[in-house]
Amino acid sequence: MLQAPEITPELVEQDKVYQEMGLTDKEYDMIKDIMGRRPNFTEIGIFSVMWSEHCSYKTSKPLLKKFPTEGPQVVQGPGEGAGVVDIGDGQGVVFKVESHNHPSAVEPYQGAATGVGGIIRDVFSMGARPIASLNSLRFGNLHTGRVKYLFDEVVHGIAGYGNCVGVPTVGGEVQFDDCYEGNPLVNAMCVGLIDTKDIQKGIASGLGNTIMYVGSKTGRDGIHGATFASEDLSEDSESKRSNVQVGDPFMEKLLIEACLEVIHSDALVGIQDMGAAGLTSSASEMASKAGMGMEMNLDLIPQREENMTAYEMMLSESQERMLLCVKQGEEQEIVDIFKKYGLEAVAVGHVTDDKMFRLLHKGEVVADIPVDNLAEDAPIFHKESKVPSFYEEYQRMPAYIPEVKDHSETLKKLLQQPTIASKEYVYDQYDSMVQANTVFSPGSDAAVVRVRGYDKAIAMTTDCNSRYIHLDPEAGGKIAVAEAARNIVASGAKPLALTDGLNFGNPDKPENFWQMEKSVEGMSAASLKLNTPVISGNVSLYNESNGQAIFPTPVVGMVGLHESLDHITPSHFQNEGDLIYVIGETEAEFGGSELQNLLEGKYFGKAPAIDLETEAKRQEQLLAAIRAGLVSSAHDIAEGGLGVALAECLFTEKGLGADVQVEGDLTTVLFSETQSRFIVSIPEKDREAFEAKVEDATLLGTVTNTNKLVVQNGETEAITEDVRSLQQLWKGAIPCLLKSKA
Amino acid sequence: MKFAVIVFPGSNCDRDMYYAAKDALGEEADMLWYQEANLEGYDAILIPGGFSYGDYLRSGAIASTSDIVVQLREQADKGVPILGVCNGFQILLESGLLPGAMLRNKNLKFMCHFENLIVENNDTLFTSKYEKDEVVSIPIAHHDGNYYCDEETLARLKENNQIVFTYENNPNGSVADIAGIINEQGNVLGMMPHPERAVEAILNSDDGLKLFQSMLENWRERYVAGA
Repeated sequence: MLQAPEITPELVEQDKVYQEMGLTDKEYDMIKDIMGRRPNFTEIGIFSVMWSEHCSYKTSKPLLKKFPTEGPQVVQGPGEGAGVVDIGDGQGVVFKVESHNHPSAVEPYQGAATGVGGIIRDVFSMGARPIASLNSLRFGNLHTGRVKYLFDEVVHGIAGYGNCVGVPTVGGEVQFDDCYEGNPLVNAMCVGLIDTKDIQKGIASGLGNTIMYVGSKTGRDGIHGATFASEDLSEDSESKRSNVQVGDPFMEKLLIEACLEVIHSDALVGIQDMGAAGLTSSASEMASKAGMGMEMNLDLIPQREENMTAYEMMLSESQERMLLCVKQGEEQEIVDIFKKYGLEAVAVGHVTDDKMFRLLHKGEVVADIPVDNLAEDAPIFHKESKVPSFYEEYQRMPAYIPEVKDHSETLKKLLQQPTIASKEYVYDQYDSMVQANTVFSPGSDAAVVRVRGYDKAIAMTTDCNSRYIHLDPEAGGKIAVAEAARNIVASGAKPLALTDGLNFGNPDKPENFWQMEKSVEGMSAASLKLNTPVISGNVSLYNESNGQAIFPTPVVGMVGLHESLDHITPSHFQNEGDLIYVIGETEAEFGGSELQNLLEGKYFGKAPAIDLETEAKRQEQLLAAIRAGLVSSAHDIAEGGLGVALAECLFTEKGLGADVQVEGDLTTVLFSETQSRFIVSIPEKDREAFEAKVEDATLLGTVTNTNKLVVQNGETEAITEDVRSLQQLWKGAIPCLLKSKA
Repeated sequence: MKFAVIVFPGSNCDRDMYYAAKDALGEEADMLWYQEANLEGYDAILIPGGFSYGDYLRSGAIASTSDIVVQLREQADKGVPILGVCNGFQILLESGLLPGAMLRNKNLKFMCHFENLIVENNDTLFTSKYEKDEVVSIPIAHHDGNYYCDEETLARLKENNQIVFTYENNPNGSVADIAGIINEQGNVLGMMPHPERAVEAILNSDDGLKLFQSMLENWRERYVAGA
């Protein structure tokens, strides 16, 4: 454990203590230059967290610049706590995704819980009421006791925190692949609603204004969390369990209500949550953004433990803390609001005009750092990039053509693949309906939450098929964005913008960096084409365990707008007699498919192709048909292909069935993962109007009342299955895996 | 009709309850912070769900010791209708306004989904607009919803017709499939399922609306009869 007092500036340099904090020799020299002297132990600690990848994006910045971030709908792009898009009527939607991968790998309950808490704070610190949470989770296959434990506890942690704070968890995704076995991914997204006039900024402006601290007391938990998040996991990561913070959702709930009251006070100048790198990042960023300096007296910081050093206080990542800048002389107004909720707002410092970040502790100046250098001048690394040999090999491979003899059996097996199987076990543990606005809960293509009092609703989704990205990061990056947009459109909403949760391996390995580069390029191209700018995001690198990187997993969190409640469209078939259409033709594309995983136990070859022009056209046409009131249901075709999608459309309690007629190679028709396709059902009377609007729609069959899925291939009956038994297999798969002996 | 919604620190269905009374039912409603609340003059009192005091110690235990519960008892004695949902039900149990206690769900997990409830007793001021044995779809969202009472209490509940709602498919292990019970006087109802989340078709069920409509109808009959 790092100890503060005895280590002199000379020792910091001589013993290279900074290396233990994740700084390189070169970075140390830069810091020494900035300071004009040797930094002391507290100062170097402060630099190390601010210059960690997690806070500074020093590796990813050159890539993030490629993202399109502008559009008429964008009110606030990247740079603040969260991004904001306009949804009319003076309202905006605030959202962001954040990762909590490394904490969750060592302490899954608290890791996941505090991930949820952190992202909710990012949203309400903008002044928005959090209205929905989503998540995107990745685990190894559910074969070992350890993976089952991680899976169960992560879900438990998300539930424990999210349910208590009263923000409905309305959607998300869970996928399973061996590459995540030692390094699960826990990405949490929060969506908030705000009157755009109330948008807050994290700034500390106005010479002499008071800096106030509110929320939980500062303890020794989470010290160096940001640094921990910026290195590979290894055997001794377990020893960093004490680096993981502990959440208190009750405190968070009080903070939400109090802060949403405080933002209406004229006394408030700026507000920011203490997230990664705690007090250090919130304070220095608030001062730097305002072009000011800040002085804080650490003796005044509410402390949970005795004898905390300046170093410990500045690097603590204790949860549920907020930092406020308040007009001088008007502090009492703020104190009183918090007091109602049993919270104490404490003055701990003031704004200065010397652009220095100065900390006092026990009568001494313990840090005195030029704040802009600290917050803004982290070095930017242009990492080496190299095409991985496996990629070239995949590209050279002949197309993979799977051999399937029994299509019914294969469909049943696919429905039980954990990535496809029902996630009811997971989402049943989340309160998805609190706030009484949830129209579609988890289990739909996109979650839908209506805006109370208006004829409109918000659609949201998280998506990323990392297998495609592993095979071809550029195509896979495009697909991740396109699939998210497809889900939003299928629900009847217009995609507005996205937040990216970039999860990659160690960027020092050129092959990993190449994957980052290419997937960002792919995502950028798709966001541009589909008019969904990137308004916020998070970067999590070093997702490796024992030298093995995860599949590149840039999670896309997307939000869309239903311009009328009448546009809200379910993904399941609704009425007997409706016609079933597939939009888009199907090619034999099995690289990275669920079928390939099922038959071969691995992924290889080319990822499915994607043409963004076609994608955009089909989305526009489907949305136009939905808005014209012609569509009963719409579902995107994803993992497992048309066969799985058809079955999913029937998984309700309505007792419906489907009779469909297909042509051509049955394996391709049923299980290929060709992109840019939807299954829709429409009332028979709207046939002509629908076909006129949606060019690439092909009639497949009809919705029946038989509760049977019947697929005719030419003259032969290829599949006749009882829907209820398929549904049971699909529903039971994950609980069954969890119960089986490790 | 004027509803009071009591807001404890950590209540999180307070707004849902408020909107159910105000928008879905179309009556007056106030959200009252537990420390400042004066319950005089309200026609009915709603105790919302959530995690009062973070559910620390035991669900509803800390809230049940707050001063507002003294007022709540006075109003209960006066016959004012009191509805406690989820954490509100837990608070009513912890305060002794209703008999029994809540255990963890039998699967030890939080659960949230729609359940079918059977209206066992429609002869109450909360359920008069339902048919007896009507099956209604109302969501649950709880971790500690496994209702428990001893056999003597259960016998008394049955004898007095105090079991108002039962689950069609008991999800949590509750004794006698109990989802909601009423006090002997018939003016205090506690239930784990959330009727306030099922008051509009767009929220996938409006089966909960009749509960609020029953309260309104009974209030009208009592106070504005002949008007």
